[in-house]
Amino acid sequence: MITGFVALYIFMLAAFTGYEIIGRVPTILHTPLMSGSNFVHGIVLVGAMVALGNADGFWETLIGFVGTILAAGNAVGGYVVTERMLEMFKSSKD
Amino acid sequence: MGFWGFLVNASYFVAAVLFIYGLKQMGSPRTARNGIKVAGAGMLVATLFTFFHPAIHGNAWHYILMIVAIAIGGSAAWVSGKRVQMTAMPQMVALYNGMGGGAAAAIALIEMYSHEAFSAGFGLIIMAVVGALIGGVSFAGSLIAWAKLEGKLTKSFRIPGQQFATLALAALIVIFGWAIVASDFSAPVLVTLFFFMSLAFGVLLTIPIGGADMPVVISMYNAFTGLAVAFEGYVIDNPAMIIAGMVVGAAGSLLTYLMAKGMNRSLTNVLFAGFGVDDGAQAE
Repeated sequence: MITGFVALYIFMLAAFTGYEIIGRVPTILHTPLMSGSNFVHGIVLVGAMVALGNADGFWETLIGFVGTILAAGNAVGGYVVTERMLEMFKSSKD
Repeated sequence: MGFWGFLVNASYFVAAVLFIYGLKQMGSPRTARNGIKVAGAGMLVATLFTFFHPAIHGNAWHYILMIVAIAIGGSAAWVSGKRVQMTAMPQMVALYNGMGGGAAAAIALIEMYSHEAFSAGFGLIIMAVVGALIGGVSFAGSLIAWAKLEGKLTKSFRIPGQQFATLALAALIVIFGWAIVASDFSAPVLVTLFFFMSLAFGVLLTIPIGGADMPVVISMYNAFTGLAVAFEGYVIDNPAMIIAGMVVGAAGSLLTYLMAKGMNRSLTNVLFAGFGVDDGAQAE
Protein backbone atom coordinates (compact mmCIF):
# COMPACT_ATOMS: atom_id res chain seq x y z
CA MET A 1 0.00 0.00 0.00
CA ILE A 2 1.36 3.39 -1.02
CA THR A 3 0.59 5.84 1.76
CA GLY A 4 1.36 9.24 3.21
CA PHE A 5 4.35 11.16 1.96
CA VAL A 6 5.46 8.43 -0.44
CA ALA A 7 2.14 8.84 -2.23
CA LEU A 8 2.57 12.60 -2.22
CA TYR A 9 6.05 12.31 -3.76
CA ILE A 10 4.74 9.97 -6.45
CA PHE A 11 1.91 12.39 -7.29
CA MET A 12 4.36 15.30 -7.41
CA LEU A 13 6.93 13.53 -9.62
CA ALA A 14 4.28 12.23 -12.01
CA ALA A 15 2.79 15.71 -12.29
CA PHE A 16 6.18 17.22 -13.18
CA THR A 17 6.73 14.45 -15.73
CA GLY A 18 3.43 15.27 -17.39
CA TYR A 19 4.25 18.97 -17.38
CA GLU A 20 7.71 18.41 -18.90
CA ILE A 21 6.38 16.11 -21.61
CA ILE A 22 4.16 18.86 -23.00
CA GLY A 23 6.77 21.61 -22.53
CA ARG A 24 7.70 22.75 -26.03
CA VAL A 25 5.27 21.00 -28.33
CA PRO A 26 4.35 22.52 -31.72
CA THR A 27 0.75 23.78 -31.94
CA ILE A 28 -0.06 21.31 -34.72
CA LEU A 29 0.41 18.44 -32.27
CA HIS A 30 -1.89 19.80 -29.55
CA THR A 31 -5.00 17.91 -30.66
CA PRO A 32 -3.19 14.58 -31.30
CA LEU A 33 -1.52 14.91 -27.89
CA MET A 34 -4.85 15.56 -26.22
CA SER A 35 -6.10 12.42 -27.91
CA GLY A 36 -2.95 10.49 -26.96
CA SER A 37 -3.19 11.45 -23.31
CA ASN A 38 -6.90 10.59 -23.48
CA PHE A 39 -5.78 7.09 -24.50
CA VAL A 40 -3.24 6.87 -21.66
CA HIS A 41 -5.84 7.44 -18.93
CA GLY A 42 -7.64 4.45 -20.44
CA ILE A 43 -5.42 2.58 -17.94
CA VAL A 44 -8.49 3.01 -15.71
CA LEU A 45 -9.43 -0.28 -17.40
CA VAL A 46 -7.14 -2.28 -15.08
CA GLY A 47 -8.81 -0.71 -12.03
CA ALA A 48 -12.28 -1.38 -13.42
CA MET A 49 -11.33 -5.02 -14.04
CA VAL A 50 -10.15 -5.47 -10.45
CA ALA A 51 -13.25 -3.71 -9.12
CA LEU A 52 -15.51 -5.97 -11.21
CA GLY A 53 -13.51 -9.03 -10.15
CA ASN A 54 -14.21 -8.25 -6.49
CA ALA A 55 -17.81 -7.10 -6.84
CA ASP A 56 -20.37 -8.64 -4.47
CA GLY A 57 -24.09 -8.60 -5.14
CA PHE A 58 -26.11 -7.34 -8.05
CA TRP A 59 -25.54 -3.57 -7.91
CA GLU A 60 -21.79 -3.70 -7.39
CA THR A 61 -21.44 -6.23 -10.19
CA LEU A 62 -23.60 -4.11 -12.51
CA ILE A 63 -21.61 -0.93 -11.78
CA GLY A 64 -18.34 -2.84 -12.22
CA PHE A 65 -19.58 -4.32 -15.50
CA VAL A 66 -20.64 -0.93 -16.88
CA GLY A 67 -17.41 0.63 -15.60
CA THR A 68 -15.34 -2.01 -17.43
CA ILE A 69 -17.29 -1.43 -20.67
CA LEU A 70 -16.69 2.33 -20.39
CA ALA A 71 -13.00 1.88 -19.57
CA ALA A 72 -12.46 -0.51 -22.50
CA GLY A 73 -14.15 2.08 -24.74
CA ASN A 74 -11.78 4.75 -23.46
CA ALA A 75 -8.68 2.64 -24.09
CA VAL A 76 -9.60 1.17 -27.49
CA GLY A 77 -11.34 4.26 -28.86
CA GLY A 78 -8.54 6.53 -27.65
CA TYR A 79 -5.98 4.35 -29.42
CA VAL A 80 -7.84 4.09 -32.74
CA VAL A 81 -8.59 7.82 -32.95
CA THR A 82 -5.05 8.87 -31.99
CA GLU A 83 -3.50 6.52 -34.52
CA ARG A 84 -5.74 7.89 -37.27
CA MET A 85 -4.86 11.49 -36.36
CA LEU A 86 -1.14 10.74 -36.37
CA GLU A 87 -1.33 9.04 -39.76
CA MET A 88 -1.56 12.55 -41.18
CA PHE A 89 2.04 13.11 -40.17
CA LYS A 90 3.18 10.35 -42.52
CA SER A 91 3.77 12.51 -45.58
CA SER A 92 5.67 15.23 -43.73
CA LYS A 93 8.04 12.59 -42.44
CA ASP A 94 9.52 11.28 -45.67
CA MET B 1 3.15 -9.92 -2.59
CA GLY B 2 3.56 -13.41 -4.08
CA PHE B 3 4.60 -14.50 -7.54
CA TRP B 4 1.58 -13.15 -9.43
CA GLY B 5 1.56 -9.94 -7.43
CA PHE B 6 5.16 -9.40 -8.44
CA LEU B 7 4.43 -10.08 -12.12
CA VAL B 8 1.42 -7.75 -12.13
CA ASN B 9 3.36 -4.95 -10.47
CA ALA B 10 6.27 -5.49 -12.87
CA SER B 11 3.87 -5.23 -15.83
CA TYR B 12 2.48 -1.96 -14.40
CA PHE B 13 6.00 -0.59 -14.09
CA VAL B 14 6.73 -1.48 -17.72
CA ALA B 15 3.41 0.11 -18.75
CA ALA B 16 4.23 3.33 -16.87
CA VAL B 17 7.61 3.59 -18.63
CA LEU B 18 6.03 2.92 -22.04
CA PHE B 19 3.26 5.49 -21.42
CA ILE B 20 5.70 8.27 -20.52
CA TYR B 21 8.08 7.39 -23.36
CA GLY B 22 5.18 7.13 -25.83
CA LEU B 23 3.75 10.49 -24.79
CA LYS B 24 7.19 12.05 -25.08
CA GLN B 25 7.47 10.71 -28.65
CA MET B 26 4.02 12.06 -29.48
CA GLY B 27 5.35 15.54 -28.73
CA SER B 28 7.49 15.66 -31.89
CA PRO B 29 6.14 15.36 -35.46
CA ARG B 30 8.95 13.00 -36.47
CA THR B 31 8.31 10.39 -33.79
CA ALA B 32 4.62 10.99 -33.08
CA ARG B 33 3.34 7.98 -35.04
CA ASN B 34 5.61 5.62 -33.17
CA GLY B 35 4.62 7.14 -29.82
CA ILE B 36 1.04 5.90 -29.86
CA LYS B 37 2.22 2.37 -30.68
CA VAL B 38 4.63 2.42 -27.72
CA ALA B 39 1.87 3.60 -25.38
CA GLY B 40 -0.49 1.00 -26.88
CA ALA B 41 1.99 -1.77 -26.09
CA GLY B 42 2.06 -0.57 -22.48
CA MET B 43 -1.74 -0.71 -22.27
CA LEU B 44 -1.80 -4.24 -23.73
CA VAL B 45 0.78 -5.54 -21.24
CA ALA B 46 -0.96 -4.00 -18.22
CA THR B 47 -4.41 -5.25 -19.28
CA LEU B 48 -3.29 -8.83 -19.95
CA PHE B 49 -1.44 -9.18 -16.64
CA THR B 50 -4.38 -7.70 -14.70
CA PHE B 51 -6.31 -10.94 -15.32
CA PHE B 52 -3.86 -12.51 -12.87
CA HIS B 53 -4.14 -9.73 -10.28
CA PRO B 54 -3.99 -11.37 -6.82
CA ALA B 55 -6.53 -8.88 -5.45
CA ILE B 56 -9.27 -10.41 -7.64
CA HIS B 57 -11.21 -12.79 -5.43
CA GLY B 58 -14.18 -13.48 -7.70
CA ASN B 59 -15.10 -16.78 -9.33
CA ALA B 60 -15.16 -17.83 -12.99
CA TRP B 61 -18.26 -15.70 -13.59
CA HIS B 62 -16.38 -12.56 -12.73
CA TYR B 63 -13.74 -13.38 -15.34
CA ILE B 64 -16.40 -14.11 -17.95
CA LEU B 65 -18.07 -10.77 -17.18
CA MET B 66 -14.70 -9.01 -17.48
CA ILE B 67 -14.04 -10.49 -20.92
CA VAL B 68 -17.59 -9.79 -22.11
CA ALA B 69 -17.41 -6.17 -20.90
CA ILE B 70 -14.05 -5.60 -22.60
CA ALA B 71 -15.38 -7.18 -25.80
CA ILE B 72 -18.50 -4.97 -25.81
CA GLY B 73 -16.76 -1.69 -24.96
CA GLY B 74 -13.68 -2.41 -27.04
CA SER B 75 -15.45 -3.48 -30.22
CA ALA B 76 -17.98 -0.63 -30.07
CA ALA B 77 -15.15 1.89 -29.66
CA TRP B 78 -13.05 0.20 -32.36
CA VAL B 79 -15.84 0.33 -34.95
CA SER B 80 -16.93 3.90 -34.12
CA GLY B 81 -13.31 5.13 -34.02
CA LYS B 82 -12.52 3.61 -37.42
CA ARG B 83 -15.70 4.85 -39.09
CA VAL B 84 -15.78 8.44 -37.91
CA GLN B 85 -14.89 11.27 -40.31
CA MET B 86 -11.60 13.08 -39.69
CA THR B 87 -13.55 16.31 -39.08
CA ALA B 88 -15.52 14.63 -36.31
CA MET B 89 -12.44 13.58 -34.32
CA PRO B 90 -12.75 16.10 -31.44
CA GLN B 91 -16.18 14.87 -30.38
CA MET B 92 -14.97 11.26 -30.48
CA VAL B 93 -12.12 12.22 -28.14
CA ALA B 94 -14.77 13.82 -25.90
CA LEU B 95 -16.88 10.67 -25.99
CA TYR B 96 -14.03 8.28 -25.13
CA ASN B 97 -12.77 10.67 -22.49
CA GLY B 98 -16.22 10.78 -20.91
CA MET B 99 -16.22 6.98 -20.84
CA GLY B 100 -12.93 7.03 -18.91
CA GLY B 101 -14.38 9.52 -16.44
CA GLY B 102 -17.43 7.32 -16.01
CA ALA B 103 -15.21 4.29 -15.37
CA ALA B 104 -13.27 6.19 -12.68
CA ALA B 105 -16.56 7.22 -11.08
CA ALA B 106 -17.77 3.59 -11.22
CA ILE B 107 -14.65 2.41 -9.36
CA ALA B 108 -15.22 5.14 -6.77
CA LEU B 109 -18.87 4.10 -6.34
CA ILE B 110 -17.98 0.45 -5.76
CA GLU B 111 -15.29 1.39 -3.23
CA MET B 112 -17.70 3.72 -1.45
CA TYR B 113 -20.56 1.19 -1.38
CA SER B 114 -18.35 -1.61 -0.05
CA HIS B 115 -16.81 0.65 2.57
CA GLU B 116 -15.93 -2.20 4.91
CA ALA B 117 -13.61 -3.59 2.25
CA PHE B 118 -10.74 -1.33 3.29
CA SER B 119 -9.63 0.30 6.49
CA ALA B 120 -10.45 3.83 5.51
CA GLY B 121 -7.79 6.37 6.30
CA PHE B 122 -8.87 9.99 6.25
CA GLY B 123 -6.85 10.89 3.16
CA LEU B 124 -8.15 7.82 1.38
CA ILE B 125 -11.80 8.79 1.94
CA ILE B 126 -11.24 12.32 0.68
CA MET B 127 -9.44 11.02 -2.41
CA ALA B 128 -12.31 8.61 -3.13
CA VAL B 129 -14.93 11.36 -2.81
CA VAL B 130 -12.99 13.95 -4.84
CA GLY B 131 -12.18 11.34 -7.51
CA ALA B 132 -15.85 10.37 -7.73
CA LEU B 133 -16.82 14.02 -8.13
CA ILE B 134 -14.23 14.82 -10.83
CA GLY B 135 -14.97 11.58 -12.67
CA GLY B 136 -18.71 12.23 -12.65
CA VAL B 137 -18.31 15.85 -13.81
CA SER B 138 -15.96 14.73 -16.60
CA PHE B 139 -18.36 11.96 -17.64
CA ALA B 140 -21.45 14.18 -17.92
CA GLY B 141 -19.55 17.23 -19.22
CA SER B 142 -17.79 15.25 -21.95
CA LEU B 143 -21.06 13.72 -23.11
CA ILE B 144 -22.59 17.21 -23.39
CA ALA B 145 -19.52 18.39 -25.32
CA TRP B 146 -19.88 15.39 -27.63
CA ALA B 147 -23.60 16.03 -28.16
CA LYS B 148 -22.96 19.70 -28.95
CA LEU B 149 -20.23 19.05 -31.51
CA GLU B 150 -22.29 16.24 -33.00
CA GLY B 151 -25.08 18.77 -33.55
CA LYS B 152 -27.52 17.01 -31.22
CA LEU B 153 -27.58 20.04 -28.93
CA THR B 154 -27.45 22.98 -31.27
CA LYS B 155 -28.02 26.04 -29.11
CA SER B 156 -25.86 27.06 -26.19
CA PHE B 157 -29.03 27.58 -24.21
CA ARG B 158 -29.27 28.55 -20.59
CA ILE B 159 -32.02 27.59 -18.26
CA PRO B 160 -33.43 30.53 -16.27
CA GLY B 161 -31.44 31.10 -13.11
CA GLN B 162 -28.59 28.98 -14.44
CA GLN B 163 -25.93 30.80 -12.43
CA PHE B 164 -27.90 30.42 -9.23
CA ALA B 165 -28.59 26.74 -9.90
CA THR B 166 -24.91 26.02 -10.58
CA LEU B 167 -23.75 27.79 -7.44
CA ALA B 168 -26.44 26.13 -5.31
CA LEU B 169 -25.45 22.73 -6.69
CA ALA B 170 -21.78 23.42 -5.94
CA ALA B 171 -22.70 24.22 -2.34
CA LEU B 172 -24.79 21.04 -2.07
CA ILE B 173 -21.91 18.98 -3.45
CA VAL B 174 -19.56 20.35 -0.79
CA ILE B 175 -22.10 19.61 1.97
CA PHE B 176 -22.84 16.09 0.74
CA GLY B 177 -19.15 15.36 0.12
CA TRP B 178 -18.39 16.40 3.66
CA ALA B 179 -21.27 14.28 5.00
CA ILE B 180 -19.90 11.22 3.18
CA VAL B 181 -16.39 11.80 4.56
CA ALA B 182 -17.78 12.32 8.08
CA SER B 183 -19.89 9.16 7.93
CA ASP B 184 -17.08 6.92 6.57
CA PHE B 185 -19.18 5.97 3.53
CA SER B 186 -21.75 4.31 5.77
CA ALA B 187 -24.72 5.88 3.97
CA PRO B 188 -25.17 4.49 0.44
CA VAL B 189 -28.03 6.95 -0.16
CA LEU B 190 -25.66 9.88 0.31
CA VAL B 191 -23.15 8.30 -2.06
CA THR B 192 -25.80 7.74 -4.74
CA LEU B 193 -27.18 11.30 -4.43
CA PHE B 194 -23.64 12.67 -4.53
CA PHE B 195 -22.98 10.80 -7.78
CA PHE B 196 -26.08 12.22 -9.48
CA MET B 197 -25.19 15.72 -8.26
CA SER B 198 -21.75 15.43 -9.85
CA LEU B 199 -23.42 14.45 -13.14
CA ALA B 200 -25.79 17.42 -12.94
CA PHE B 201 -22.90 19.73 -12.20
CA GLY B 202 -21.03 18.54 -15.29
CA VAL B 203 -24.12 19.23 -17.40
CA LEU B 204 -24.72 22.72 -15.96
CA LEU B 205 -21.07 23.64 -16.39
CA THR B 206 -20.89 22.61 -20.06
CA ILE B 207 -24.28 23.58 -21.47
CA PRO B 208 -23.68 27.37 -21.67
CA ILE B 209 -20.35 26.99 -23.53
CA GLY B 210 -20.37 27.61 -27.28
CA GLY B 211 -19.12 25.15 -29.91
CA ALA B 212 -16.02 27.14 -30.86
CA ASP B 213 -14.63 26.82 -27.34
CA MET B 214 -15.33 23.10 -27.10
CA PRO B 215 -11.81 21.79 -27.91
CA VAL B 216 -10.48 23.67 -24.88
CA VAL B 217 -13.28 22.30 -22.72
CA ILE B 218 -12.66 18.74 -23.96
CA SER B 219 -8.98 19.13 -23.11
CA MET B 220 -9.95 20.31 -19.63
CA TYR B 221 -12.19 17.29 -19.07
CA ASN B 222 -9.35 15.12 -20.37
CA ALA B 223 -7.17 16.47 -17.55
CA PHE B 224 -10.09 15.95 -15.12
CA THR B 225 -10.40 12.28 -16.07
CA GLY B 226 -6.65 11.87 -15.62
CA LEU B 227 -6.88 13.29 -12.10
CA ALA B 228 -9.91 11.14 -11.25
CA VAL B 229 -8.03 8.04 -12.46
CA ALA B 230 -4.99 8.99 -10.34
CA PHE B 231 -7.11 9.55 -7.21
CA GLU B 232 -9.02 6.29 -7.61
CA GLY B 233 -5.71 4.55 -8.31
CA TYR B 234 -4.59 5.72 -4.89
CA VAL B 235 -7.83 4.47 -3.32
CA ILE B 236 -7.57 0.96 -4.81
CA ASP B 237 -3.77 0.85 -4.48
CA ASN B 238 -3.00 0.66 -8.20
CA PRO B 239 0.33 2.34 -9.08
CA ALA B 240 -0.25 2.19 -12.85
CA MET B 241 -3.40 4.29 -12.45
CA ILE B 242 -1.65 6.76 -10.13
CA ILE B 243 1.27 7.38 -12.49
CA ALA B 244 -0.62 7.41 -15.80
CA GLY B 245 -3.51 9.41 -14.36
CA MET B 246 -1.31 12.04 -12.76
CA VAL B 247 0.89 12.42 -15.87
CA VAL B 248 -2.25 12.97 -17.96
CA GLY B 249 -3.72 15.28 -15.33
CA ALA B 250 -0.65 17.55 -15.46
CA ALA B 251 -0.03 17.27 -19.21
CA GLY B 252 -3.73 17.83 -19.91
CA SER B 253 -3.87 20.91 -17.68
CA LEU B 254 -0.90 22.49 -19.44
CA LEU B 255 -2.33 21.51 -22.84
CA THR B 256 -5.65 23.14 -21.92
CA TYR B 257 -3.85 26.35 -21.00
CA LEU B 258 -1.83 26.32 -24.25
CA MET B 259 -4.91 25.66 -26.38
CA ALA B 260 -6.82 28.51 -24.73
CA LYS B 261 -3.81 30.79 -25.22
CA GLY B 262 -3.62 29.73 -28.87
CA MET B 263 -7.17 31.01 -29.31
CA ASN B 264 -6.34 34.24 -27.48
CA ARG B 265 -8.72 33.30 -24.70
CA SER B 266 -8.12 32.73 -21.04
CA LEU B 267 -9.54 29.58 -19.50
CA THR B 268 -11.76 31.56 -17.12
CA ASN B 269 -13.07 33.42 -20.16
CA VAL B 270 -13.93 30.16 -21.92
CA LEU B 271 -15.60 28.69 -18.86
CA PHE B 272 -17.50 31.68 -17.60
CA ALA B 273 -18.17 33.81 -20.68
CA GLY B 274 -21.41 31.89 -21.16
CA PHE B 275 -21.85 31.68 -17.45
CA GLY B 276 -21.95 35.40 -16.77
CA VAL B 277 -24.75 36.03 -19.23
CA ASP B 278 -24.99 39.77 -19.16
CA ASP B 279 -21.41 40.99 -19.05
CA GLY B 280 -20.34 42.21 -22.45
CA ALA B 281 -17.16 40.11 -22.44
CA GLN B 282 -18.49 37.38 -24.72
CA ALA B 283 -15.93 37.02 -27.47
CA GLU B 284 -17.39 35.47 -30.55
